[in-house]
Amino acid sequence: MTENPKQSPLAANPYLPEIGTVVETIQETHNIKTFRVVLGSEERMQNFSYEPGQVGQLSVFGIGEATFVINSPPTRKEYLQFSVMRAGEVTTKLHSLTKGDRIGVRAPLGNAFPYESMKGKDIIFIGGGIGMAPLRTLLLFMLDNRKDYGKIRLLYGARSPQDMAFSYELPEWLERKDMETVLTIDREADGWEHKVGLIPNVLLEMAPKPRKAVAVTCGPPIMIKFTLQALKKLGFKDNQIITTLEKRMKCGVGICGRCNIGTKYVCVDGPVFSYEQLRELPNEL
Amino acid sequence: MAEAKYISNDKLTAWLDELAGKMRVLAPTRQGDAVVFAPYGPDHSLELAQEATAPPKSAVFPASEDLLRYDYRKNPENLGQVEVELLPTITPEPTLVFGSRPCGVRGFLIFDRVYDGATYKDPYYLARREATLFATVACEKAENACFCHSVGSAPGDATGSDVLLTPVAEGYVVEAVSERGTQLLDSALLDVAGDRAAAAQTLREQALQAMGEPQDFGPAQQKLLEIFDDMGFWEDVSAKCISCGACTYLCPTCYCFNITDENTGLTGRRVRSWDNCMSFQFTMEASGHNPRPTKAHRLKNRVGHKFSYYPALHEGIIACCGCGRCIKSCPVSVDIREIVTKAMAHQPPAAEEAAK
Repeated sequence: MTENPKQSPLAANPYLPEIGTVVETIQETHNIKTFRVVLGSEERMQNFSYEPGQVGQLSVFGIGEATFVINSPPTRKEYLQFSVMRAGEVTTKLHSLTKGDRIGVRAPLGNAFPYESMKGKDIIFIGGGIGMAPLRTLLLFMLDNRKDYGKIRLLYGARSPQDMAFSYELPEWLERKDMETVLTIDREADGWEHKVGLIPNVLLEMAPKPRKAVAVTCGPPIMIKFTLQALKKLGFKDNQIITTLEKRMKCGVGICGRCNIGTKYVCVDGPVFSYEQLRELPNEL
Repeated sequence: MAEAKYISNDKLTAWLDELAGKMRVLAPTRQGDAVVFAPYGPDHSLELAQEATAPPKSAVFPASEDLLRYDYRKNPENLGQVEVELLPTITPEPTLVFGSRPCGVRGFLIFDRVYDGATYKDPYYLARREATLFATVACEKAENACFCHSVGSAPGDATGSDVLLTPVAEGYVVEAVSERGTQLLDSALLDVAGDRAAAAQTLREQALQAMGEPQDFGPAQQKLLEIFDDMGFWEDVSAKCISCGACTYLCPTCYCFNITDENTGLTGRRVRSWDNCMSFQFTMEASGHNPRPTKAHRLKNRVGHKFSYYPALHEGIIACCGCGRCIKSCPVSVDIREIVTKAMAHQPPAAEEAAK
């Protein structure tokens, strides 16, 4: 392999993971666990370059690989953060990893949020459940480049307070004067001081204005469906709505042929798509 | 092409013996009812009269291969730390595929555009591709499932081959197509073809003519998208499909794969294997959601991939070599030509149009 630390090893062999180390884990909810991972050397971490929205494949050798968004922004590179919801074999095994464990990483893969063309615009983030993970990357990236963006608002919803990931940073987001944070849960819960109600309904209450604005949303399919309807009602056009998709993936580099929607491969053409782009694709989500 | 040569049938095995002394030679042989490519050796019974049941796909893209090996070990400096070492596994062997038909070789041209992509290159495939030569036999006569002429090829197509053999009286006219092919012809067993070269040319032209008018599948690229949501059509054409996947495994252009880990104690392999888009698991997500939940969705994707999505991404080239293996080997006689033809002629029901 060519020893150029600036070049991604994926260019030489896109299937060969780098060995990283778990430096910290956070049990976010009963089924979501966050992993902070560093790659081989400090130099490698410094040279590791990615954009908000890009994903990585995490490997547990002997079990397999799965795809997760890098949910720490490139402006904070002490580690790469991945939040994993326990669902299948790989994620179950990942949940057993602890500090010091080695982990395979193939990253960065996929496209990024169009953060350049979003400059100067008002941003409304709408996240549901684990769908908050990709939004977190872009939110923190924008907060770290605060002057480049207009008003920043976040609507984050989960089933219950216990299902809310990133709870340790929510107080800071709520307090910040340069963003507005609205939290909501599906049903009343003891001690909950924020909104109660489904995300699309709370969004209609917040009534973000579509003029010079972009909505970024990610969450379970049913939430996305009704959130899109709410955004339409508020006057958002298809090209002002951005989301990220998930598919079963293997290679992550557009070869193995399983994550396509028509001509688009979610692993290389996505995971980030505008709603305008999605409408042009065959209906196979 | 360099000067054409000729080999008589009685010298053919002697030539193969010579070639097998220089590199691995894979050649078709009969195994039960099937004709398959197998390593050529002293007891090899060559079967060139019939198109091989399975194409030579595995010569370059094995049905399963190691992407890496891994090894878990305790760190001797720090016994609480388990290290994992990765060992790459690319070990191509110089190979000659002898006796494929032109369609079997064209499959790799479909692979090349994906595996030798602008952004990502597949080093396992490319190493084997580079190490593999093709001495291809032109078809004297198309079989009834053949339609290579409708997807840009022909019974005497030399594209992608290094050497083309054309059957003539008592032997074959042997022509080098590539520089490396010329070297393969450096044998005292080969004679000058002379007039036979013209006979070979005539045979190839006649074989093509005998196939009749090619069918134009070009319009399918757009039409398949237009009828994407017409599930009635797809349920109809997939009704008899049993999702066995014979079509995908025998297809020279089907390049999709799965990656799985195989563990033995503290070591193991990450294995890439041919996958089958007709299987329910192909797109099944951990959440239980499946974007292609029925065989109608899956057959639609297989046909769409070959006749619409791939051509849209690759200059109109159809990801099918017209070999007819999926038709001949399908246990329930699903015929991809028929489906594409039906699709191109299909008028969506007016009621569904109005409901959109």
